[in-house]
Amino acid sequence: MPTSKTIAVAMSGGVDSSAVAALLCEQGHNVVGLTLQLWNQRRLAGHEGMPESVQGRCCSIDDVYDARRVAETLGIPYYVVNQEDRFEHDVVRPFVSEYLSGRTPVPCSLCNNHLKFDQLLITARQIGADLLATGHYARNEFDERSGRWVLKRPADRAKDQTYFLFGLTQEQLSRTLFPLGEMRKPEVREEARRAGLRLFEKPDSQEICFIPGGDYKKFLDAYLAEQGEEFPDTAGELVTTSGEVVGTHGGIHNFTVGQRKGLGVATGSPLYVLEIRGDKRQVVVGGGDELFSRTLRAKAVNWIAIDDLRGPMRVQAKIRHRHEPADAVIEKSGDDEVLATFDKPQRAITPGQAVVFYDGDAVVGGGWIT
Amino acid sequence: MHRVYLDNNATTPLLPEVFEAMRPYFFEKFGNASSIHQQGQQARSAVEHAREQVAELLNCRPAEIVFTSGGTEGDNLALFGLMKPGDHLITSSVEHHAVLNACKRLEEMGCAVTYLPVDGRALVDPDDVRRALRPATKMISIILANNETGVLQPVSEIGKVATEADVYFHTDAVQAAGKVPLDVKETGCDLLTITGHKMHGPQGAGALFVRRGTLLQPMMYGGRHERSRRAGTENLAGIVGLGKAAEIAREGFADGSVERMAGLRDRLEHGIVESVEQIGVNSVGAPRVPNTTNIYFDCIEGEAMVIALDLKGLSVSTGAACSSGAIEPSHVLTAMGLSPDRARASIRFSLGKQNTADDVEFALSLVPEVVARLREISPVYKRVHA
Repeated sequence: MPTSKTIAVAMSGGVDSSAVAALLCEQGHNVVGLTLQLWNQRRLAGHEGMPESVQGRCCSIDDVYDARRVAETLGIPYYVVNQEDRFEHDVVRPFVSEYLSGRTPVPCSLCNNHLKFDQLLITARQIGADLLATGHYARNEFDERSGRWVLKRPADRAKDQTYFLFGLTQEQLSRTLFPLGEMRKPEVREEARRAGLRLFEKPDSQEICFIPGGDYKKFLDAYLAEQGEEFPDTAGELVTTSGEVVGTHGGIHNFTVGQRKGLGVATGSPLYVLEIRGDKRQVVVGGGDELFSRTLRAKAVNWIAIDDLRGPMRVQAKIRHRHEPADAVIEKSGDDEVLATFDKPQRAITPGQAVVFYDGDAVVGGGWIT
Repeated sequence: MHRVYLDNNATTPLLPEVFEAMRPYFFEKFGNASSIHQQGQQARSAVEHAREQVAELLNCRPAEIVFTSGGTEGDNLALFGLMKPGDHLITSSVEHHAVLNACKRLEEMGCAVTYLPVDGRALVDPDDVRRALRPATKMISIILANNETGVLQPVSEIGKVATEADVYFHTDAVQAAGKVPLDVKETGCDLLTITGHKMHGPQGAGALFVRRGTLLQPMMYGGRHERSRRAGTENLAGIVGLGKAAEIAREGFADGSVERMAGLRDRLEHGIVESVEQIGVNSVGAPRVPNTTNIYFDCIEGEAMVIALDLKGLSVSTGAACSSGAIEPSHVLTAMGLSPDRARASIRFSLGKQNTADDVEFALSLVPEVVARLREISPVYKRVHA
C-alpha cells in the first residue's frame, strides 16, 4: 500500500492480531488499536461448577493487558471499547436459548456477524479510521468482473477461519483487511518476535471466549443461576427412528447430533444421537449408519461471491468448523432457505451449526442449518 | 501533537510550587517522622506543618486531621471506622464508588443503608434525609461536590439535620477542595474527606477530618501513627505536597485563580451550547463547582467521542474514570433521571488552574466537528432525522 491510511486494528491480546498491528505500523500506516470488552470473566466465577479464578481467552484482564503492552511497544494509541451489554444480548442469550431448544450453536459466528465487525467498523469510523484490520486467517479481494468483494480461504489452510466469517456483508468486507491471509502461523510468530513483542510465543486458544474450560453445560447452569432463572426442565424420552421408546434422558441440552457417549442405554450395537426434537423433548437415537444424510436446509443465508442464487450451483459445503468441505449442489427451496444436496452422505449434520459454501477458495455464502 | 487536558476531576497536574516544596523530602530531608534523631524531627515538623496547612483549608484544628492515602481510604475509614453491625446509615444514590461500594460491604456486614434518591438536578433533599432517620441511624454520608456533574449538595442543611438528630455526618469533599471554600464548622460535619491530587497536589496523599471526640476504629493496625487512627509510616513527601496544595487552594479563593477558572468553564459551556444542537448541560441551574460541566450530546456514544477527541489532542471523560472502561451508564446521571442513552451520550469537561483561554478555544474548535462526524455515522441520529 503506497499511501498511509488510518487503520483500526482489532486487538485481542493474542499473537495474530498483535502481528497485524506490527505489520501495519511497519507499512507506515496510522494505526489505532481497539479491544472489545465483551464479557466479564469474573461474573460467573465461584458459581456452582465454575472455576474460582478464570483465564478465559478474550476479554480477560490478562489479554487486555497484553494488548495494551503491544500497543505501548508499537507506540500506537489503544482503547478498550465496552460492548458487554450487546454481547450478552446478541451472543450469550442466543447461545443459551439455542442449547436449551436442542440445537448446537456457533457463538463465534454470531459474534462476528452481529457484533464484532459491525461494532468495530462503527467505532473505527467514529474515530476517523476508514479501514479495520483483524488477525483472522482469511483473504479478502475485490473481484472486478462481478464487482463484489470476495472472501477467500487463507494460505495457511490449517488456520482457515472463513467458516466463522460467512456473515460479512459487502459493505463490511469493503472496509476490512485480513493482513495474515497470505501468511503461515510460524511467519506470524516470527513477525511478532521481530517487532519486539514479548508475547510472540503465547499459545493459541480455541475455546469459546466466555466459557473458561470449555464446559458449556456448567456455563448454562451458572448463567441461569446468576440470572435467577429456573433451568427449564427438558427431560424426556430417548426414541428410535421408528418411534420406539428405549429410555429417558435428563434434558435435551445435554446432547449434540452425532454424540455417542452418555446416552445411558445399553444395546448390542453402539447408539448415536440422530436428532433432537426440542418441541417434544425427544432425543432420537440410532445406529451410526443412520447418522449420514445427503441433504440439509439452511436459513438466513448471506451471499458473498454472488449477489443471489439464481439456479442450482455446484459448491463444496462445510458443515462444521472441523469438516472438510464436501461436494454438493445448492438451490433455493423457499424464501430465505437453501437446500444443499451432497454427492455423498455427510455424517452428523447438526441444526444450529453454520454451513458455508465454497467455490474453490472463494466463499460463495453461508447460513444456519435448520 | 498539541494536547489540552480537560479531565481535572480525574486528576490534576502537580503545581511546580508543590513539587518544589516536596523535593527536599525525597532527598536530604528523608527522615521517618517517628524517629528521635534530627532527620526524624525534621520530618515530624514537616508533617505537622502540613497538618496545619490542611486544617486551615478546612477551618478545623490540626489534631482533627488524619493523613490517608487519598479519597477512597478517607471515605472507607470514615464509614468502617464508625459503623457497627445493626447500625443504620443514610447516603445518596449519587455518591462516589468509594462510598457506594463501602456501603454495600457494610450491608453484607449487617448494617442497614438507605440510598436517598435525587431530583432532576441531582440534588438531595434535606427533608428526605430527615425522613430517613431511624432510631438505629448512626451516620449520614453525603457527597459535597459530585465528581461527574460538579453539583454541590446542600450539606449545611444536612449538617443541621444530623446535629438535631445527634448522628454523625460525613461528607466526601474530594471534588470540592480548592473549588469552593470549605468550612467544617459551617457545614456541621463530623468527618470530611479530601485528597491531594484533585487540587494540584500529589497522588497518594489525602486527609480525613475527624471532629474531636469522634472515636474512630482504625482499619489498619501497627504503630501509633496519626494518634492511633491510621497506622503506617507517614508518606512524608506526599503529605508535604498535600499541605502545600491546601495552602495554594485556600489562597485561590482570594487571588482570583478560582474565579478565572470559573470564567473559562462558563466560556466553554456557553461556547458548546451555542455551537452544537441537541445537547444539554446536566444539572444546569443547580449550584455547581466552578470547574466542571457535564453535557449530553444526543445520538452519540460518549465513549467514542472521548476516543475521537483524544486522537485529536483533547483529553476529556465520560464521567467517572474506571480501570477497564465504562461499563454501566453513569449511576449519577441515571439517578437524576437521564435515560441510559442520554447518560451514555454525556461528556464531562473539567478544568484546572493550569488551563488557559487558548485551551478552551482549542476544545471549542474540536467539539462541534467531532460531534457532527459521530452523528453523521450514527444509526440513531439517522433514524431521528429520516
